[in-house]
Order: sequence, then structure tokens, then C-alpha cells
Amino acid sequence: MQTERLRVAILGSGNIGTDLLIKVLRSPHLDCALFIGRRLGSPGMAKAMSLGVRVSDQGIDAIIREPDCCDLVFDATSAEDHKRHWPVLDRLGKIAIDLTPSRVGAMCVPAVNLEACMDCRNLNMVSCGGQVSVPLAHVLGNVFGPLEYVEVVSTIASRSAGPATRLNMDEYVLTTEQGLLTFSSARRAKAILNLNPADPPIIMQTTVFARMPQSDLTRLALAVDLMVDRIRQYVPGYQLIVPPVWENGRIVIMVRVQGRGDYLQRFAGNLDVINCAALETAEAFAQSRSRDRDEVKHACRS
Amino acid sequence: MSKLSIHDPTLRDGNHAVRHQLTAEQIALYARAAEAAGIPTVEVGHGNGLGASSLQVGLSLLDDATMICTARENLARTKLGVFAIPGFATVDRDLRPALDMGVDVVRIGAHCTEADITQRHISYVRERGKEVYGILMMCHMAPQETLLEECRKIESYGAEGVVLMDSAGALLPSDVTARIELLVRNLGIPVGFHAHNNLGLAIANAMAAAEAGASILDGCARGFGAGAGNAQLEVLVSVLEKAGYTTGVNLYKVLDLGEVAEQHLVTSMPSIKSLSIVSGLAGVFSGFAKHVEQIALEYGVDPRDIFFELGRQRVVAGQEDRIIETAEALRAAKGNRP
Repeated sequence: MQTERLRVAILGSGNIGTDLLIKVLRSPHLDCALFIGRRLGSPGMAKAMSLGVRVSDQGIDAIIREPDCCDLVFDATSAEDHKRHWPVLDRLGKIAIDLTPSRVGAMCVPAVNLEACMDCRNLNMVSCGGQVSVPLAHVLGNVFGPLEYVEVVSTIASRSAGPATRLNMDEYVLTTEQGLLTFSSARRAKAILNLNPADPPIIMQTTVFARMPQSDLTRLALAVDLMVDRIRQYVPGYQLIVPPVWENGRIVIMVRVQGRGDYLQRFAGNLDVINCAALETAEAFAQSRSRDRDEVKHACRS
Repeated sequence: MSKLSIHDPTLRDGNHAVRHQLTAEQIALYARAAEAAGIPTVEVGHGNGLGASSLQVGLSLLDDATMICTARENLARTKLGVFAIPGFATVDRDLRPALDMGVDVVRIGAHCTEADITQRHISYVRERGKEVYGILMMCHMAPQETLLEECRKIESYGAEGVVLMDSAGALLPSDVTARIELLVRNLGIPVGFHAHNNLGLAIANAMAAAEAGASILDGCARGFGAGAGNAQLEVLVSVLEKAGYTTGVNLYKVLDLGEVAEQHLVTSMPSIKSLSIVSGLAGVFSGFAKHVEQIALEYGVDPRDIFFELGRQRVVAGQEDRIIETAEALRAAKGNRP
């Protein structure tokens, strides 16, 4: 059966937006109607044009002028910009998938709450470290009950941290912590971010810690494996490198995320993972819409 | 005689040496003695600064607020300083309350190639009208031209000075001279240096920095600090005076301060343990030492192998989680050996 593709626009032509474009173009469920930046000369715009995608340099105005061009908008601009964009998108009846740390919409981590997200119209993709770590924190909470404290440390290659990431270290920390608290049932959470300039660049790596007396990790190890499999379905480069171990009063789990190397280089797993999550979410909307339509057709026939 | 400003992070860097377990009594006692000695600034906190108490780098006995308030109550002329690394510390959660509690001087740190993550934090402290410095950590890991470029950013953000930290105690005096000279020649703000003693060169390196034009030098009483410790404050003040610099610090009182540290803060006197030498040679953050020691024991591997492997991977301060991964890999490799 031929499903109708969901028409999307990408707002923001930086690294994230451009990498996302390539992922959208590959998707059987999505159509990129418009790729929107601010400067036609930017590398992202050039890439989009070379791929034959319609572009605009008018920012959010491009959608205001042509509100019927799409049903869903990926916002890959900045937290400040998203706070301005959302009232407009809301008025125009668009679904927003927000890749900035604005914390405006409901938090979405596909491996954990994708289904519940289908009822929301503005979804926040937390942060790169959040997409990597929240599912593991969630598993810890499921296996051991409410945690006293969970902590997440991510180290990313300096070259994968653009000017916005660097200026928004605080937003990263606070948004990731909020994501951890929302999905792990932990009483306290902490997020730490390191930049490492080594050359060749290091691949993104994340460690999840939980404070815990020595405990049986068999059940945890199984649950972590299951979760990793689920994440790998939409983040192929997600890899468990240290399965749960107990060490000095803490449980430690380490993962590494290699990017697909679409627009960004493969070491930039941090950018890849948030885009993979955003894509997974948009595809879920596309599928749920065509299911709804089928049901309507069905109802009409009967 | 040229004037040098002494910065004393004993109550911050020293916290590394005791797994961040300094007590309020210790902080109060030391702060009073530092005040008496005329130390210009005393820095207090978790070894990795504000907001850093964590499973990653060590949980602190006291929270930041208790440490800051305790020091505040015991300092008058001596300024109260804190250290903060973006990625650990945020403006809203950490810097704002610290300044509200009466901190006078803030030093914002970043790995030596990543100065731009300090912009917002430096600007914030400036807006609050307090003294702020930019710190480049692990400064042995970048060529001097890069350090200059990063320092220029810090200068443009409005910092009143920049300080190079030789966090792994990996530099030789000639390295220090070259780095500091280049910065002093090209920057319009004071340049400082923070030494570690892994290779027994902390005082020599601090002196090299002074000779090259540095105007801020860090020293800790009895050298109380991460790994092999820092430039020993009492020695530093003494040799600077001997070399003709003015520090404004009272010699007898700073000698007393050393005694206070030895009697009340130091659990085992900082010395150049074999493992610290390896940390310096490998160029790995001195603060890793305690973690490496413990994890090597748990995993039954040679801690020196861990340090050299981490050095090969060029880990930066804050990447303490790599110790476990590395120990595990070394153990696995050992198990596979026939």
C-alpha cells in the first residue's frame, strides 16, 4: 500500500539542519518541502540546492508566507529562536520537532516515550547527551525503582561542537538534567559535558552513573541490552562499550555513538543521535497520520 | 622591584588530595591564617570547582555554599575566590548564588583549546562587577600559538587576566618561559601561571613564569594540591622575595601558614610519588591520581599502564570515566595473554 508522505520543513541550515535534510531525503515517509536558512551562500544551503531541495533564506517568514507547504517543522535554529518560532507554528497548526535546548515542548526520547509523544504538537529532543543517556537512566529506574541520584558525563570531539553548542553549555546541562529527572524517576540528576580536541577526533562517548550499594546486575544487564537494541533501530552507531559494572559505590554504564557520516563526520555521534531521534519521531507522526487516514477511509466505506 | 600577585588555591586544589573531604573547621582555620599572612586571594571549593561534586570526579563532603560561606566569614582583606569550569558549573545554578554569597574573584576554566566556552560565564561575572580571570587548563597540550589565540578570546570576553595551568605538571621551565613570554608580549592583560610538581619542577616553573613576565602566581601551602601537589606557597613567596619581587605577603606569617596546612589540612604530605611522575610524563591531569590508584587496584592492573594509555588517548580533565574503560581493557588484554 502506498502511504502518503508527510511534508516537512527544516528551519535552520547549520550542521544539524543539513545533516537532518540528508536523513529526511532518505526516508520513505517524509518529503522535504522546504529547507530554510538565513543566507543563500551558507554551506548548508549550497548542499541543499545541490540536492535539488527547495530552499528559502527568509527564516520563519518563509512558513508564514506559505503556510500550506508543510505539516511538520524541524527547528534546528537556537533555543532563543525557537521560543519565538513556536507561537507562530502553533497558530499555523504545525507540529514542531525542536532540536534546540529551549525546553518549550514536551521532552521526547523515542526509545522511551515515542507513543505518548504522538499526542503532542511540540516536541523537544532534549539534547545529544540526553538522547544517549536518558534511555539508560530510564532502565536503571525501571530495574531498581526510584533512584537517589543519576549522573551523566558526555565527552564530544571539539570539532563537533559548533558556536551554538559552545555558547549554550549551560542550556545543555540543564536540559539534559531535566530529561534525566523526567524519565528516570531519580530524585537528583547531574549532567557534565567535556570537549576533547584530540586529533583524530574522538567519537562521542557517554557514561551513566548511579549511586547504588552493591547489587545484582544480571537483570540490569539484560534490560540494558534490550534498550540498546531498541535504540540501535534508529541510531545505528549506538554501541555499548562497558556493560553495567559496579565500582566503588556506583553503577557505571558506558556507550559510544558513531555518526552515520551523512553530512557530518562519523565522529560527531552527538549530532547524529539527536537527528536520528528527530527523524524517528517525524516518521512516527507520518505513519500515525496515514493510519488515521486509512481508518477514516475504512469507516467511510463501511 | 617588580610586583607579583599571589593566588592561593590551597582550599580548592588541596581538596583533590583529600578526595574533596575538607571540613568547615579546616576551611575556617586556614582562611584565618591566610588572612593573617596577607595572602591577596584564597580560592575555595571542590577540586574541579563549582558544581563539580559528582561520581565522575568525586563527591564533596561539603556543598559549595557551605565552603563559600565558611571562607567568607573568616576573610576580610583577603579576597575570596572560586573556580568554575563550564560543562560542570552553570551561571544560574552555581555562579549566581556564589556571587550572592560574597565571592570576590572568579576564575573560569576550560581545556586549553576551548576558551570560547568561557564567554558567557566570564561576561556574567563582569556584569556583576566582580573580578574575573580566564584559565587555560592542561596547557602542555597545545602549542603556544594556539594558547595565544585562546587567550585573546578570553581577553575579548572581558577577563582581567589569564592564567595558564600546567595541570599535569608536564612542562619544563623552558616550555613555561616560551609560553608566558609570548602571552605577555601580545596580551594587554596580566598573565598568570599555576604549576604542578609531578616532575619536581613546580617552583622552577613558577620562577620561570615570573622571569618571563607573569604577574600572577599560584601557590598552595605545603604544596597541598592534586597529584604531586602545586608550587609550595611558602617556598614560592620566599624565592620570589630573594629574587627581588614584591608579593606583599608576610614571610613569617606565610611560613606559619605552611605549618597550619601541615597540622590541620594535609593527611599525607604531598610528595612526588612514582605514579605522579608517570602522570606528568604521560601528560594526564594530576587530579586523576587517586582515581587511577583505586581503580587499578580493583581491576588488578598496573596504574602506570593506565596513565600512559590515557596519555596516548589525550584525555582531558573531566574525562575520569575513561579510567574505568581503560582499566577494563587492560585487564582483558592481560587475560588474553598466554
